[in-house]
Amino acid sequence: MIQSLYIPLLFLVLAIGIFLIGRSRAISICNGQIIELHSKPAFHGSYLMLYALAPALILSLIWLFSSHYLSEIYVVSKLGESFTSIPAAEQTSFLRQARALANDVSFGEPSDLLKQASLLFANFANLTNKIIAITSASLILIGLWFGYKNISLRLRARQFVERSIMVLLISASVVAILTTIGIVFSLIFESYRFFEKVPFLDFLFGLNWSPQSAFEGAGELASTRNSEVFGAIPVFAGTLLITLIAISIAAPIGLMSAIYLSDYASLRIRAFAKPLLEVLAGIPTVVYGFFAALSVAPFLRGAGENVGLVISSESAMAAGFVMGIMIIPFVSSLSDDVINAVPQSLRDGSSALGATKSETIVKVVLPAALPGIVSALMLAISRAIGETMIVVMAAGMAAKLTMNPFEAVTTVTVQIVTLLVGDQEFDSAKTLAVFALGLVLFCVTLTLNIIALSVIKKYREQYD
Amino acid sequence: MSKKAKQENTKIAPQVKIKGRNVDVFYGDKQALFDINLDIERNQVTSLIGPSGCGKSTFLRCLNRMNDTIDICKITGSITLDGQDIYDKEIDVVELRARVGMVFQKPNPFPKSIYENVAYGPRIHGMTSSKEELDKIVLKSLKRAGLFEEVKDRLDESGTSLSGGQQQRLCIARAIATRPEVLLMDEPCSALDPIATAIIEELIDELREKFTIVIVTHSMQQAARVSQKTAFFHLGKLIEEGATDDIFTNPRNQKTQDYITGRIG
Repeated sequence: MIQSLYIPLLFLVLAIGIFLIGRSRAISICNGQIIELHSKPAFHGSYLMLYALAPALILSLIWLFSSHYLSEIYVVSKLGESFTSIPAAEQTSFLRQARALANDVSFGEPSDLLKQASLLFANFANLTNKIIAITSASLILIGLWFGYKNISLRLRARQFVERSIMVLLISASVVAILTTIGIVFSLIFESYRFFEKVPFLDFLFGLNWSPQSAFEGAGELASTRNSEVFGAIPVFAGTLLITLIAISIAAPIGLMSAIYLSDYASLRIRAFAKPLLEVLAGIPTVVYGFFAALSVAPFLRGAGENVGLVISSESAMAAGFVMGIMIIPFVSSLSDDVINAVPQSLRDGSSALGATKSETIVKVVLPAALPGIVSALMLAISRAIGETMIVVMAAGMAAKLTMNPFEAVTTVTVQIVTLLVGDQEFDSAKTLAVFALGLVLFCVTLTLNIIALSVIKKYREQYD
Repeated sequence: MSKKAKQENTKIAPQVKIKGRNVDVFYGDKQALFDINLDIERNQVTSLIGPSGCGKSTFLRCLNRMNDTIDICKITGSITLDGQDIYDKEIDVVELRARVGMVFQKPNPFPKSIYENVAYGPRIHGMTSSKEELDKIVLKSLKRAGLFEEVKDRLDESGTSLSGGQQQRLCIARAIATRPEVLLMDEPCSALDPIATAIIEELIDELREKFTIVIVTHSMQQAARVSQKTAFFHLGKLIEEGATDDIFTNPRNQKTQDYITGRIG
């Protein structure tokens, strides 16, 4: 463990040292006449540093990500017959235990085979670590030697550093993109495994959702018999209902406050009202959640009793209402921006024709800002669809197919949470259902975002 | 400006349409206009000239109270339109602006169709009761602004798709569609090429028959070409006013002389 702290530190010291070497080499080559150099000495220092350390760093990174799999392949092939005789379901946990044992973490009395495997792991780690250390060291030395030799008056170290920076930036964005692609593919892949157990159409159009009652017995037919408990329609209906409630609260309030802020409020009011409104966006959703569950829901139920309405203590209304409050700043802040982006000259043109302020806003400003407002609403909707905490606390767990906002409903996100809480078998249909739900959720929000972005793009073409 | 028109003008006794008396304008603590006294005469083109920042646009915007939209702007003195103080509490600003139309420096058509741009004013003022009447007003305004022939086949296209000069004529059509009595123009040609400028100048001359026009311009040639009366502003003060011919051929004030000969500005 200590070792893993030392290595980055060593790298850092090495980097600074090599930088200084390169720098002083450059200075000595030009006899202190820095103007003679093509690049400033610091560039030569960075040049030498990159030359010496980059290959070793890349090698170490590759090793970091691949050693896990390579060691597993090594151990399995060494164990041979005795490993393949372990039941397939226990193989993964066997390897995990052996690896832990190799790091001196033991679970009771290990079997002989386990001991043997852990020894193999330890050996592999020992051996390969040495190889990597030696290779890295020699890469550093070779790089250092070549780099040092290359330093000259006309060396374009500055351009080299420039290109290296570009490579660094590219690799950063590649990491971000690859992660996204990885998540999408794992969603698709795991969903596919789910759809092998539960027919796609049963999932998408089924009316009954109670995955907790799905159990996989010993029989081959168990999972197919239970597939009809994975009908996702009630879950999507719940999401739709709550989102509709949320947006019908957030859209008018958000839009009207945006109009007030951009066109009516004086600069002083705007200066404190806008940040205040944006504070709403900074409140953690879990706070909204218990606000919904502990304040709004009981209030609604009490109010319902007074007028003779039966409102359950967990209701779509309470969750949707609070979620609506939560997304107000999304609507108002984005709409405020697009309304402000409508040129003042259009407002002047309208009022010079004798239009009042509200006529100007309704007839000129809002139509011009409409694409931006639509995309603000889209983003707010996709935020509402993906929101979890509020609905977990306030909307309920039971998947009921209803459009009555005063009943308890459940949403996609709530179901994902419930399915993953507690002990899970990783390949049961129940757990895999999470991926299918996630995939659908992802598709919906992605579509909304794409629509929003393309609308924004169209809008930009009009004004810039 | 044709010679004939000028001669006609001298025959008719000029009537004062707008009368500005002791007008001071402040932006916060800064005074932008000092004690302006200026008469705008009916059915004439009055041009306001002067170097940048001299207050000519500020004065123009006082005439339809466009300065009201600026919070820190304060105006004292009196400006009367047909003898009625336009800063009186009884005055409805919305109605005033319908009577005193304005065309801006940069063409600012609404992102609506050409037809809707022109129909905007008549619609909000409820000037028409039927579609036919509205059509008539739109066509008449477009014709009067000299744009109709160019756009008659594409009235439903966006006003922003027109060229700069066409857009400015659309804005003029939009302004005259509400049948104003006065038309204020704030450097209407400064964003246009010479050909478009020539077309607009000719238009201004024609519009004089129906409207009283006040035009702010940077170009002294333009002032000389289109206006009958010129007022020269400098550093927030009205230095000299009078018949355009006099101002340009025989200025009384040294500053005016310097400006029109290009020594200040």
